[in-house]
Amino acid sequence: MSARNLPPVYNKIAQHAVFPEMNHDERARYNFLASLNKHLAHVSMGNKVAFENRVAPQFEKEHGREIASTEELKEAISKDAHYQVWSALRRSTMEMRQQAGRSLVLRQAAALRDKVRALNEGKDSLVLDDTVAVPPYLLACDNHIMPGSYHTELIEDDVTPAANYDTGLFVTTAGLLGRYSDGGGKAIVSWVKKTYPDFSPKRILDIGCGMGHNVLPIAKAFPDAEVIGIDTGAPMLRYAHARAMDLGYSNVKFMQMDAAKTSFENESFDWVQSTMFFHETGGKSIYNIMNEVYRVLKPGGLTLHIEQPQYTEDMSLFEKFIRDWDALNNSEPYWSKMHDIAPLDLMKSSGFREEDFMQIGAKAENDLDDGSQKADEPEDHGRSPIWNVFGAFKN
Amino acid sequence: MEEKIDYIKLASNKPKGKRPYFHDDPAVERVLNITMAIAGELAVMRERMDSIERLLEKKGTVTREEIETFVPETKEQEEQRQTWHAEYIGRVLRIVQQEQEELENPDKSIEEIANDINEM
Repeated sequence: MSARNLPPVYNKIAQHAVFPEMNHDERARYNFLASLNKHLAHVSMGNKVAFENRVAPQFEKEHGREIASTEELKEAISKDAHYQVWSALRRSTMEMRQQAGRSLVLRQAAALRDKVRALNEGKDSLVLDDTVAVPPYLLACDNHIMPGSYHTELIEDDVTPAANYDTGLFVTTAGLLGRYSDGGGKAIVSWVKKTYPDFSPKRILDIGCGMGHNVLPIAKAFPDAEVIGIDTGAPMLRYAHARAMDLGYSNVKFMQMDAAKTSFENESFDWVQSTMFFHETGGKSIYNIMNEVYRVLKPGGLTLHIEQPQYTEDMSLFEKFIRDWDALNNSEPYWSKMHDIAPLDLMKSSGFREEDFMQIGAKAENDLDDGSQKADEPEDHGRSPIWNVFGAFKN
Repeated sequence: MEEKIDYIKLASNKPKGKRPYFHDDPAVERVLNITMAIAGELAVMRERMDSIERLLEKKGTVTREEIETFVPETKEQEEQRQTWHAEYIGRVLRIVQQEQEELENPDKSIEEIANDINEM
């Protein structure tokens, strides 16, 4: 019908037994916010124009030379009117998304908890451990400006952090992750099946699994495998488990563990996966976690990590700066540091061999794409479901 | 642990970390945020009205339950609703688009144009 690029309507999101009840206006609020996110992704293109036509020439006039660092670029562009209003609108949109999500899940916090309890009761596939500490990198900051982050419990056995996350991913990505927000997990399954058709893992570990949205496609693709998702956030795990139960999964287990120090035996997994996890860790922890991945992986086992695209030598200062915008202003602060670590170096430091290292690009598989999502969508830096996947077989 | 929580206050909590401001005067940003929240609520109201109108048209009568559970029923309705959001946002953020167009195609001031015309 039109050349416009419209996000799918919110009611297309998949329902399950523990998905929060949403009334008419709550859905409409998310429709507005998804559209606003999409609009601002287009407006962000103006930042490049402002930089090239106004900010850079002005700097050169004043200093007699080009901008030499992202710090200088930040100081210069921060005075630009277009950058200011775009940034203020983008920050405002993310705060509104959190407010909208929290207002709808917190009003039904006890009811959600009770539904989750009923599905989890008596099941040994959910293993919580209150001696597992929330890692300091998660306590330092509320990732994605979610007040209370993944771990805060406002009522006993709270699940609202996960319920809020579940409702809102659709909004932040304007529906690009699919009905179950599982486009990342589906993409990795397709790549593994296509690339290694004989790979038949018996035991699979997903680290930093959150509400389990990306581990479920893996469990579905390998129904005979024992699949375990670990996370430190009890609210996420409770919700993940109840969600998986309701969706009919019987081969997936959720356990409360810190990925840097799990209780699994040496060489006990055929596949260790993470999806958009490392950029929410910390500068020392990332190495500890990779050491742990190496330890629990069987010889011949596979590990893969879906992450934001790395920064490269030939990337312009502007590109680096704008890619850091979400890291700093949507509170994913470790991403602003992690992009300077070469994935190969990270993996080699834990014992993986250079000749076993692999790196590929991946794009979310989106079952909501009905053709109204245009191909010439501008990349929404830090948001677009276009990723870097790195990993290795352990030999 | 309390079972009853003040969800209205909690929903608007601030996340950890000093809030970034982008305009030189925080008052501009404050007004912008309030304005955008109102913009959002107008969008919500418009979507609700759309539901009511469609239901009234369809049945002649409408109940609260019908409004609460109404979702677009055809691809055309979905597109119409999402198109409204796109138009609405384009309208409200007109100045941002115009400033971007000005950046892409720097224009003369009307005074300069008046001087030009004076010579035509």
